[in-house]
Amino acid sequence: MTSPITVALVGNPNVGVTSLFNALTGSNNPVANYPRVTTSISSREITHDGRVMRVVDVPGIFSVNSQSPDEKIGQDYFNDQHPDIIVNVLDAGHLDRHLFLSTQLIETGIKRITVLNMIDEARRNGIVIDTKLMADALGSPVIATNGLTKEGVDDLKAAIAQLASSQEEPLARLRYDQHLEDAIARVQDHLDRLHPQKMTASRSRWLAIKLLEGDDDIIRQESDHPEFVSEISQERSNLEHTHDQDAATMLASARFAFAHGLLLEARQQEENAQDRFKLTRTLDNFFLNRTLGLPLLLAIMWIMFETTFSLGAIPTEWIKAAVDWSTKFVDGLLPEGMFHDMVVNGVMAGVGGTIVFLPNIVILFFFMAILSGTGYLSRASFLMDRIMHRFGLHGTTLIPMVAGFGCNVPAVMATNIISNKRARLIAILISPFMSCSARLPTFILFSGAFFSRFAGTVVFAMYMASIAAAMISAILLNRIIPGSGSDAFVMELPPYRIPTLHSVLHHMWDSAQGFVAKVTGVILAGSIVIWFLQEFPRDVAYSQDYNAAISTAAEQPESDARTETLRSLSAAQAQEKLEKSYLGRASIAVTPMVKPLGFSWHESSAIMTGFVAKEVVVATYAVIYAQEKGSSALTEAIAKAMPASTALAFMIFTLLYAPCMSTLTIIARETGSWKWAGVSLAYSLSFAWMLAFLFNKIGTMLL
Amino acid sequence: MRARSDETSITLAELAPGQQGEIVGIDTDDGKLKRRMASLGVVPGAAITLDRTAPLGDPRMYTLMNANLGFRNTEAQIIQIRLKV
Repeated sequence: MTSPITVALVGNPNVGVTSLFNALTGSNNPVANYPRVTTSISSREITHDGRVMRVVDVPGIFSVNSQSPDEKIGQDYFNDQHPDIIVNVLDAGHLDRHLFLSTQLIETGIKRITVLNMIDEARRNGIVIDTKLMADALGSPVIATNGLTKEGVDDLKAAIAQLASSQEEPLARLRYDQHLEDAIARVQDHLDRLHPQKMTASRSRWLAIKLLEGDDDIIRQESDHPEFVSEISQERSNLEHTHDQDAATMLASARFAFAHGLLLEARQQEENAQDRFKLTRTLDNFFLNRTLGLPLLLAIMWIMFETTFSLGAIPTEWIKAAVDWSTKFVDGLLPEGMFHDMVVNGVMAGVGGTIVFLPNIVILFFFMAILSGTGYLSRASFLMDRIMHRFGLHGTTLIPMVAGFGCNVPAVMATNIISNKRARLIAILISPFMSCSARLPTFILFSGAFFSRFAGTVVFAMYMASIAAAMISAILLNRIIPGSGSDAFVMELPPYRIPTLHSVLHHMWDSAQGFVAKVTGVILAGSIVIWFLQEFPRDVAYSQDYNAAISTAAEQPESDARTETLRSLSAAQAQEKLEKSYLGRASIAVTPMVKPLGFSWHESSAIMTGFVAKEVVVATYAVIYAQEKGSSALTEAIAKAMPASTALAFMIFTLLYAPCMSTLTIIARETGSWKWAGVSLAYSLSFAWMLAFLFNKIGTMLL
Repeated sequence: MRARSDETSITLAELAPGQQGEIVGIDTDDGKLKRRMASLGVVPGAAITLDRTAPLGDPRMYTLMNANLGFRNTEAQIIQIRLKV
């Protein structure tokens, strides 16, 4: 058996590499219309004609040498790995720019296949490409594909198989200006002397070019040979002196000139080619309008959160009915006893109380898929850059921030699009303030209970508050964290596209699966634990003999007063039992700390358990109030339990306090130190406390 | 590493809407930024036009080789261009 052929799919961001990867391998990786959806390298094995191929989805890069961190994963791949075949994916409509990367890939000396993806879009725009001519110039087969309809995918598989068995070395080569070629030859010579027999001619040429371009990662690798390093800088300054241009610019110009010459021959473009940005232009006239742009962004966000609340309420009612029905069913089915109580008051209450928010979460992710799939998110970064710059943030920070509305974990990971280290650290530390979907159930429950008439707007306001908290923190952190410097705002705004139904549904399905997994995992376990903690110990030393008092009261003649006494006695007994349970005792112990915020021990237990995952906050309330049966019982019980000002403070506190455990872990991983996770924890707790205190005070005055 | 800039060249930040410029060079010592810009098509000879300005005057969107690129005005100031007539 032969070892699998490694096939690396690579192209500029946003050319459909991931779609093509999915089409080739039958995977379902998420696709979005903003640069760099792929933040890690995924690979998958497929078999074609009995041959095993390991297909690798390399994150989008503009070049192999810019060394910007957002392209780091993709660029490192080419520095460290040596795939057998490179499938260079180009957007057929943007060849002028995308061929730049191709010219660099030629220099790897690896066998290549050139793919003209999104060929349908190009054809519609009147672009005709002579693939034969192009193949000769690039020294690689050229195949036209459409990753979405799978057109050309079989041809591609066949071409990979054929190329894998071919012994021919790729012939294409870019020739540069003679002075540059001489310099390359001299550096190559030196490399061969320093590392004898270690490199093929194409490898040393590739390294020589990168060294002359000034790639400091590669230069650092040669730091044991100071005389070589100084020779390189000598070569570079000589070139700059004679050509009035540095080597990097000369090389880049030559690459674009090669692409230009190639396209002059191989491409015919009809007149309507100029019109192909018409749609994008028209939409941008609207969305990027100088007066309307920012209000529109705000309106889109409002619609997103309002719909998440109001449209979500409809299917939520169905799930509530199903939960009620099954709780009653299980209630009747199981014999009285501890197991019965654990299942009904623990599991059914906790899981049932949380699963009802599934529709809200799926709707939220629908909007996120639309925002990223259409390309609007890049526009939002463009619109917001100026404002965010004021706060010491970069416009592209908006992308991880919006991702944070889904979950803070990918948000922290997505900060790798920010190249400045300090700016990235700040972005990581403010990400947990973005209100993730785990906090949504709390907002929906509380705003439904206290502000039902404009609950959707309250939910929207919580999201705006989360952005404000992130911004204020950015200012503070900018003052506190030493150092300075910010990234250049250099970004491509991709043309608008209609996201495919498949990718939108996939996003929604993924979020639904994730939520259900959480509910049946951590929340199920959490509900059982919380139930035990609030149920035990059972032999409570009561402050008065309730049983005796109840019997005495029961002997009185039937009257409204007697019913009332009985009700309040058993309520007081239940309350005292809860207060003396393990959960009650632990919560009461910490309650003095949150007392100034108006919180009772119920809130402190929800807060404590919410450290695990913030969905557990609602599950905790559901278990504590499980005695009161019925679907709207939880909302009613909460509405009775505290004044609106406390509810407001609690929502603010839940919004801001402490990243959940998964987020803390990822912060530690991405910053490379638990110190920053600790900073994040301490900072967010004190920030949450202060703001909740403020809102409780303001709320008491106004509400 | 200074790029050539003669009297006829202005910076990209001075380009007015609808005007077309030809890139002359990038005036920065930051090699990474330079390579990044080059990979996006900012190379001598390339034609560039100003498309639109963000609501607060910064950043601006340019068209270069059939693509829309956003640059802050501070970045536009390091790109030397020559006006095309």
